[in-house]
Amino acid sequence: MRQFSQLLDGLVYTRSRNGKLDLIADYMRTAPDPDRGWALAVLTGNLDLKAVKSSAIGEMIRARTDPILYEMSRDYVGDMAETVALLWPKREDQPAEIDYGALSLSAVVDRLSAVSRAAAPDALAQMMDHLDASGRFALLKLATGGLRVGISARLAKTGFARAFGLDVNDVEECWHALTPPYADLFHWAEGRGERPDPVGTPFFRPFMLAHPLEDGAVDLVDYAAEWKWDGIRVQIVGTGRETRLYSRAGDDITGSFPEVAAAFRGHAVLDGELLVKGESQGAHEHGGSAASFNALQQRLGRKTVSAKMLADYPAFVRLYDLLLEGDDDLRQLGWTERRGRLEAFLPTLDQDRFDISAVIDAKDFDALAEIRAGARDAAIEGVMLKRRDSPYVAGRKAALWYKWKRDPLTADCVMMYAQRGHGKRSSFYSDYTFGCWTDDGALLPVGKAYSGFTDEELKWLDRFVRTNTVNSFGPVREVEKTLVVEVAFDSIHMSKRHKSGLAMRFPRIARIRRDKPAHEADRVETLKRMVS
Amino acid sequence: MPAQHWIEPHPHGIYVRPADAWIDPARPADRALVTHGHADHARGGHGHVWATPETLAIMELRYGTASGTGVDYGDTIRMGGVDIRYVPAGHVLGSAQIVLEHAGERVVVTGDYKRRPDPTCLPFETVPCDIFVTEATFGLPVFRHPDTPSEIDRLLGALHAHPDRCVLVGAYALGKAQRVICELRARGHADPIYIHGALERMCALYAHFGVDLGELRPATGVAAKEMRGAIVMAPPSALNDRWSRRLPDPITAMASGWMRVRQRARQRNVELPLIISDHADWDELTSTIREVAPSETWITHGREDALVHWCGLHQMRARALALVGREDEDEG
Repeated sequence: MRQFSQLLDGLVYTRSRNGKLDLIADYMRTAPDPDRGWALAVLTGNLDLKAVKSSAIGEMIRARTDPILYEMSRDYVGDMAETVALLWPKREDQPAEIDYGALSLSAVVDRLSAVSRAAAPDALAQMMDHLDASGRFALLKLATGGLRVGISARLAKTGFARAFGLDVNDVEECWHALTPPYADLFHWAEGRGERPDPVGTPFFRPFMLAHPLEDGAVDLVDYAAEWKWDGIRVQIVGTGRETRLYSRAGDDITGSFPEVAAAFRGHAVLDGELLVKGESQGAHEHGGSAASFNALQQRLGRKTVSAKMLADYPAFVRLYDLLLEGDDDLRQLGWTERRGRLEAFLPTLDQDRFDISAVIDAKDFDALAEIRAGARDAAIEGVMLKRRDSPYVAGRKAALWYKWKRDPLTADCVMMYAQRGHGKRSSFYSDYTFGCWTDDGALLPVGKAYSGFTDEELKWLDRFVRTNTVNSFGPVREVEKTLVVEVAFDSIHMSKRHKSGLAMRFPRIARIRRDKPAHEADRVETLKRMVS
Repeated sequence: MPAQHWIEPHPHGIYVRPADAWIDPARPADRALVTHGHADHARGGHGHVWATPETLAIMELRYGTASGTGVDYGDTIRMGGVDIRYVPAGHVLGSAQIVLEHAGERVVVTGDYKRRPDPTCLPFETVPCDIFVTEATFGLPVFRHPDTPSEIDRLLGALHAHPDRCVLVGAYALGKAQRVICELRARGHADPIYIHGALERMCALYAHFGVDLGELRPATGVAAKEMRGAIVMAPPSALNDRWSRRLPDPITAMASGWMRVRQRARQRNVELPLIISDHADWDELTSTIREVAPSETWITHGREDALVHWCGLHQMRARALALVGREDEDEG
């Protein structure tokens, strides 16, 4: 268990993505079988052992320590599993708290999957005696199914791919042919076997992504234009027997959107934008409207969905692409051909849950620019440009797809609070909360940004925070309300997140306005008029 | 109640009435008996200080206090009818328990202490007594410090796994920094260790008292690439501050008993928490009380409640003393 618990600890404390990937890769290369397979299942969220109720853990510890000492400890530590892991009484015959490796991760998994609920506390207690504090923490979290590692399934698979020099997309393609502890996968990764074949299972295919169109133009003879919808990209995978929905990171989100999955019974793989029905973005002339991203957010990350949720925030998918139709893989075809197949496929779909992303009719790029500028009132984020002959390829490939967002909105705001960043920025005050004025002269926070500035500007901002701090609240510094920053954002919505009742989408610092006195910054009312 | 007529706890220190002297007073006193050199125990501005020669040297370095009488471990001085003896506490260089005897009663004031080996100071000695005044910094059963060598090995493991980076270890300038350096040496790490300017004088003082720290180099004015693959020691306050920008992609470590609790380590932005403490952990606190077997235990700074409760569970008399200014967490 030690190698696994050390991996979990490392993932908790390591801030950088690259550092996390190295930790996972190193573990996958060096841990024994089948431990590493079970670890991969844990990291990708595919192992859920719930043999033990958390109340049983409470009982177990109260039987072994004084209840008052336990309560005091729990008050201090904050987390039950961690408290129990830390104060688990040391056995008299053990000199120090060391995980000697008597208990492997796979032994733990075997035991916990086989044990009955009634016998679980005793089984758990026996295992606790063989572990150190990190191991006990991992064990308790595994046992209660509450192990939150804080990394995505995609990151875990990327770490696995890194370990064996594979392309993560190749791992992704065969992922759903596999069940923990993934012996076939390790055989293939280490060159000892064939690549597992996922035929017949609804598995995820990596998305094709777009580059931002920085400047310059494209020729609409070569590129088709569509609206850029503000929801989340979703892949609908149906085998005819089963349908699953995947997010951009490859996470299975079927459970959060049961009505969408239930509406598709076909045998195909589709790419689209998951949206909530509404009028906030787009209109009839854009090929249909949708609610704002904020509305969709109410539905994200839920394991179960209430009837009220389904009624208040009904979801649908605006389709962009058709990857597979039946067993026919269309990904090598050009976009134009796939689009034709998608349009032909559309009538077979439930019209209540699926529509198609309209192609914008523009005679040339200048005309498209004009249409795009006119879409601001319709609260559309921008347009997508897709090379007409582009195959559907995983990831971001130069010059195939572009996203061309409309110019951002901006507001002049006053810096209010600052916090240090992470990783390379850990010594810099790089996260800023800023506000705008109310009619009676109060400053209310409207957003938070941690990007947009150059390295030079960051140094300047950091110095400003340090020399203008008026108050410290833990890691947060309140600053003199004198600095105006021009904040760019894609859109703004009503929200309870900030006192002002506003929330910005993708806010970033566009400019530092040292020239502007703070009282000339924008008013909350002005921002409210920008709400889409 | 034993000894109540001659020893009195106050918020700003413990007063020894017949000697007219204060132990670790938080405000200037004419006569101060000081257990060790940490700022929450040793302050400047006292009239006259009695402490071990090492503690006096540390106080002179920090406050320029020169008027003091050095008392060697084991020696007894007599003050107003009280016999006063300094006994090793195992906390930092020069740290002492103060043993007071008067009217047939014995009181031991531990100051801060620990029970596990420390290459930079003499080990804690158990002195049976009537009143035992103990610290309780880690007075909760969740605090159980692991073996020091295994923590040092984690540090060295991280260092060797990242030859292009450095490991920046946050450690309190007096005691912890020197102990971590010595423990590294004991695990065979012979490379030069780079130190923050705030550690230089204290390391030199330790060396003067015969603690071999190996080769130390200042971390200031050195090219970042020279520190790749090296250990850099700094006070905790420098970990996330501008100072650390000069270092080659540092892995931030912190050596402290508080690192046992995840959130505490996360709050400090620590990537490599090292549970190395100069204070007794819960098991050491409770076993020490058992060994000393006093008729009454007074519990000073830290989480007194839990230890008072534990004494009650074991039919031992205990009371919490609320001393001011004794919660310097960097020191854990």
